[in-house]
Amino acid sequence: MTPGGGSGPMKDCEYSQISTHSSSSPMESPHKKKKSVPKRKWEVFPGRNKFFCNGRIMMARQTGVFYLTLVLILVTSGLFFAFDCPYLSEKITPAIPAIGGILFFFVMGTLLRTSFSDPGVLPRATPDEAADLERQIDIANGSSSGGYRPPPRTKEVIINGQTVKLKYCFTCKIFRPPRASHCSLCDNCVERFDHHCPWVGNCVGKRNYRFFYMFILSLSFLTVFIFAFVITHVILRSQQTGFLNALKDSPASVLEAVVCFFSVWSIVGLSGFHTYLISSNQTTNEDIKGSWSNKRGKENYNPYSYGNIFTNCCAALCGPLSPSLIDRRGFIQPDTPQLAGPSNGITMYGATQSQSNMAAATPLLQSEPSITSEELPLPGKTSLSGPCATLTLGQPTPPSSMPNLTSDSGLTDIIPLKEEHEGHQFLTPEEAPSPPGMLPSGSPITHSHTMHVLSLASQDSLHEDSVRGLVKLSSV
Amino acid sequence: PQVHSLQELRRSASLATKVFVQRDYSDGTTCQFQTKFPPELESRIERQLFEETVKTLNGFYAEAEKIGGSSYLEGCLACATAYFIFLCMETHYEKVLKKISKYIQDQNEKIYAPRGLLLTDPLERGMRVIEISIYEDRCSSGSSSSGSSSSSSGGGGGGAGGR
Repeated sequence: MTPGGGSGPMKDCEYSQISTHSSSSPMESPHKKKKSVPKRKWEVFPGRNKFFCNGRIMMARQTGVFYLTLVLILVTSGLFFAFDCPYLSEKITPAIPAIGGILFFFVMGTLLRTSFSDPGVLPRATPDEAADLERQIDIANGSSSGGYRPPPRTKEVIINGQTVKLKYCFTCKIFRPPRASHCSLCDNCVERFDHHCPWVGNCVGKRNYRFFYMFILSLSFLTVFIFAFVITHVILRSQQTGFLNALKDSPASVLEAVVCFFSVWSIVGLSGFHTYLISSNQTTNEDIKGSWSNKRGKENYNPYSYGNIFTNCCAALCGPLSPSLIDRRGFIQPDTPQLAGPSNGITMYGATQSQSNMAAATPLLQSEPSITSEELPLPGKTSLSGPCATLTLGQPTPPSSMPNLTSDSGLTDIIPLKEEHEGHQFLTPEEAPSPPGMLPSGSPITHSHTMHVLSLASQDSLHEDSVRGLVKLSSV
Repeated sequence: PQVHSLQELRRSASLATKVFVQRDYSDGTTCQFQTKFPPELESRIERQLFEETVKTLNGFYAEAEKIGGSSYLEGCLACATAYFIFLCMETHYEKVLKKISKYIQDQNEKIYAPRGLLLTDPLERGMRVIEISIYEDRCSSGSSSSGSSSSSSGGGGGGAGGR
């Protein structure tokens, strides 16, 4: 009875390339639909991502610059093939458009791979996990009095002899694995976070770093290639008809030359920089912060490096590709509890309490797959005030990220939050990060603590249902 | 008939608590889990069996993430085809994940469910934890597994989503 979309090989959950010339139909086959039209997980994904083709394609929210990149590449290459190649293939060799074509194909393939795939997003903690972590942290810190934030939560781990601090992510409710970082623009924790690249409209992380590197490398070659042959073209023409006439005969060449000239410096520079990063097995994030630089101390070294350049390169580019952890195209099981900690995304501002109270009567709570996590906590809150009071929820949840920073740092300097009494742990308006173009209009109410209330207090009934769910699965 | 009685047994069990086996990062970012025996399982399962399960899982993950001749070959081939080959081919990692999911199912059926425990595939928890659900049986006989819950047939456990 497992839903068709979620079953089958891991490939179903993996991103599948939508190539430039064809796209598979996004229509679901009718037999997969249940009576209540179950949602796929991407539809309720808590991060700030955009999904296309029924969850196959995943990008950041701001994609304007990506379209600019596409246009620049397509137009420049198109002009090259249309105006310069005929002359060049005649005069010199037809291998020129052939090689150009291969380079172009490679550039587009890797660009689309980089932009559309999951960079290595870590799914947020389930309520049980989050509660368990909170318990352990409370034990470690001693019970806090409540009201003020305790010091930020970190765990220390020794990796290959180097002490590494693991930070707790308040949005995702997890201790970030080493090298993971929370992207403020996408509001996700990403494994081996490199940087958020607006040019490709996505984060660059563990799963798409090699595509990104191949993209900028092949783009460097393409840019240099086009630049060189455009110049050749103009020179050859000038030998026949004079320089100005040559320019008049082939005006597209001027445009291409200009675009290529300005791009070459940045793209080739970026390729060089990333080649350095790969050979020393660092991320852009680590390099900028100087995590492993000698300036921090003589004993400071990179624990992830394999020691030699060749192995580092091979590991980064030819190593195994881990699967996507977020299973975007899977179906939401009706009786699994929803995740803790919704993001401070835009839709949060719209959530009203009265709506949520009406929508989330207990029976619906457990069987309705489309309840969002905004609606979910409130019934728990209203009906379970007893257990609420016993929870020592000393730590209100600050917003997830700093504006415009790829934040691995600074959750510590976010303003402290008030809490209500009577065990209902509300979070008052807090400073929200401002995504580009949005005002921090003050009141996302994060329901994370009420989620804990719900999960712990109604654990039995929820889990009973999930057990029944499991039983149903096993009996088919 | 057997399934029927198992269902009845299952219904009579209620979830007492969940134990989370965390990741062990001492070797770097490779996927390994701590073999430390959780105190909550003290009365439910023998230490050795638990450790063996975790060690085997660790071995599987190490195999999946191994950097060596075959992974290089796969990587270079993929690169040469501009990664279009991923559209038709299953990666080595995915193959190992299938093995892992079978192994977990197997362990659940043979070892954990008879003791009122249930392993959840770490893949469904973002590879962060091995979640072990502890059930309290209201009747004396142990219940059997619902192995498909821990299979990697997507969406079995929670995992992603949530908004």
